[in-house]
Amino acid sequence: MKGIAVRLEGLSKHFGKVVALASLDLDIRAGEMVAFLGPSGCGKTTTLLMIAGIYQPTAGAIYFADRRVEHLHPRDRDVGMVFQSYALYPHLSLFENIAFPLRLKKMGGNELAAKVRQTAELLGIANLLERRPGQVSGGQQQRAALARALVKEPQVLLLDEPLSNLDAQVRLQARSEIRRLQLDIGVTSVLVTHDQAEALAMADRVAVFSTGELQQFAPPDELYSRPANLFVAGFVGHPPMNLIGGAFSDGVFASDDLRLPLPSPVAPGRGTLGVRPEDFVMGGPVRGRVVVVEALGRQVLITVDVGGRMLKVVSDTRPSPGSMVALGVDPVRLHLFDGAGRRVEAAP
Amino acid sequence: MPLLPPRWRTVLLVLLIVTVPIAAGMAWLFLTGVFNRVHGLIPVRPPSLANWRFIWEGVGGRPLVHVALLNSLVFAVVVAAIEVVVASMAAYAISRMSFPGRRFYLGLVLVLHAFPAVSLIIAIFYILRLLGLFDTLTGVILVKASLELPLGIWLMKGFFDNLSWEMEMAALVDGMSRWPLFWKVALPLVRPGLLALGTFALLSAWGEFILPFTLIVSSQKTLMSNFLQTFLSEGYADFGMVAAVGVVYALPVVVIFLVGQRYLLNIYGGGVKG
Repeated sequence: MKGIAVRLEGLSKHFGKVVALASLDLDIRAGEMVAFLGPSGCGKTTTLLMIAGIYQPTAGAIYFADRRVEHLHPRDRDVGMVFQSYALYPHLSLFENIAFPLRLKKMGGNELAAKVRQTAELLGIANLLERRPGQVSGGQQQRAALARALVKEPQVLLLDEPLSNLDAQVRLQARSEIRRLQLDIGVTSVLVTHDQAEALAMADRVAVFSTGELQQFAPPDELYSRPANLFVAGFVGHPPMNLIGGAFSDGVFASDDLRLPLPSPVAPGRGTLGVRPEDFVMGGPVRGRVVVVEALGRQVLITVDVGGRMLKVVSDTRPSPGSMVALGVDPVRLHLFDGAGRRVEAAP
Repeated sequence: MPLLPPRWRTVLLVLLIVTVPIAAGMAWLFLTGVFNRVHGLIPVRPPSLANWRFIWEGVGGRPLVHVALLNSLVFAVVVAAIEVVVASMAAYAISRMSFPGRRFYLGLVLVLHAFPAVSLIIAIFYILRLLGLFDTLTGVILVKASLELPLGIWLMKGFFDNLSWEMEMAALVDGMSRWPLFWKVALPLVRPGLLALGTFALLSAWGEFILPFTLIVSSQKTLMSNFLQTFLSEGYADFGMVAAVGVVYALPVVVIFLVGQRYLLNIYGGGVKG
């Protein structure tokens, strides 16, 4: 089974006067796993439900390969979907839950039983098929939901927050299992999540949404190393990037008494400078007082008061609270944003 | 077995005291039916079957009791069936779909529910006459079912509101269309509500008095409540026989209640939300 390409063109959805999604263009390659990442109410789930066929778009087109599908009933789209609550039918056994889409396709008898069993074995729940959803654990329910989505060998797999109801430990395991399974069968997948760790770990590319608009669509490392705007800069990365408002001039960024050299000249004007906490090094022009030191495990997260501005710094050394530290940043690791919040590329 | 804590003993005592009159009433009903005469609750005559004549002979030109029992049974079952089917479909639409006038309709249903049915009886009488349904079981069934529907709709709406949307979305994605989805996914999931509403409707219809009393005149179409009433309304009321008819009338209720009480509790489990 090989997935198909999915293309969204000018897709938008209005609920009354509320714009849930404003004109989205997105190309998802065949067999790719794409994550929709963003805070709640950003339009990611709305988009997913339009791909599934639950919502009718207000405007725009959805293509599965070359077929236009936005007007089709979900059953004619050949998609599989896993929901946050799993949405298993509580009155049916796991077997019947997984068999459900096949029965609707009028499959029966040995073929159906074999297909259900095969999918259940793939997900390691073949020994639980006689049980009802209420009689198995959350992780097992999640696998059953995945089995139900995959049993009809869909062209597109949609995952709506599939891991958020799992315990932290099971979640990590499920995360890599879903990804491995997806790579094995090569089904084009869309994962909706508000958890950036999940999105970055599982997806080939991540689409970051905010207030109904696509902010950036890029592979995980690019999202991290070259955020397209202030929203992505602040949203992706943990702990979040330090964002300092100030002005650019003559190859220097200045904000009050804080001055940092830039890697190359940029157009003068007001803007924002971004520094990831892990990009700070000890020893440099930025002087501040340590306010709080939090253990992260191997490293510590320090809150440093620099002229009344609280900066987060990840450090290997552990200064004592109240002490003074000097911080520096490699200029190439600085992120520059113009007055409108867009990324400014420093000339190489 | 450990003794109940003092607070619970008080509660139990209070409950016991308020239950005594009802229990005494039931005991009177039974004892009076079995024995010809009682002083209070003490039988003063040996038991006799004379009070139960209505079972095998038409007392005072009345039909046999099984005619009334059968009419009541048909009435109650059909009313309950109509109510469950119509209320669940209406409630599903209100709970799940957005259509023009939804809020107005919801309010209207609530107002209808609050409206005292007796005040409509003259108008209903005229309408049934007009439709040629006066003095027919069909007519009373329709009237009773429609008067009960508002409550049923609100009740079922509460159950559907508690149903997860994701479950229905899953069924849609799995390839179901709306109509089978309602029958095969939504309805089985509100089964407790259907059973509760069905039981409630059965009991309510079985006990209905004023509608058949007004809208049915033929003795062959009489319902149990009216059958019982005829024994009371004559100059001389034979209390022994009244009690015996009462026992026959009440027995099915006991059965329905024993079977259905756990469903009835669900009425409060489903909750009602606007």
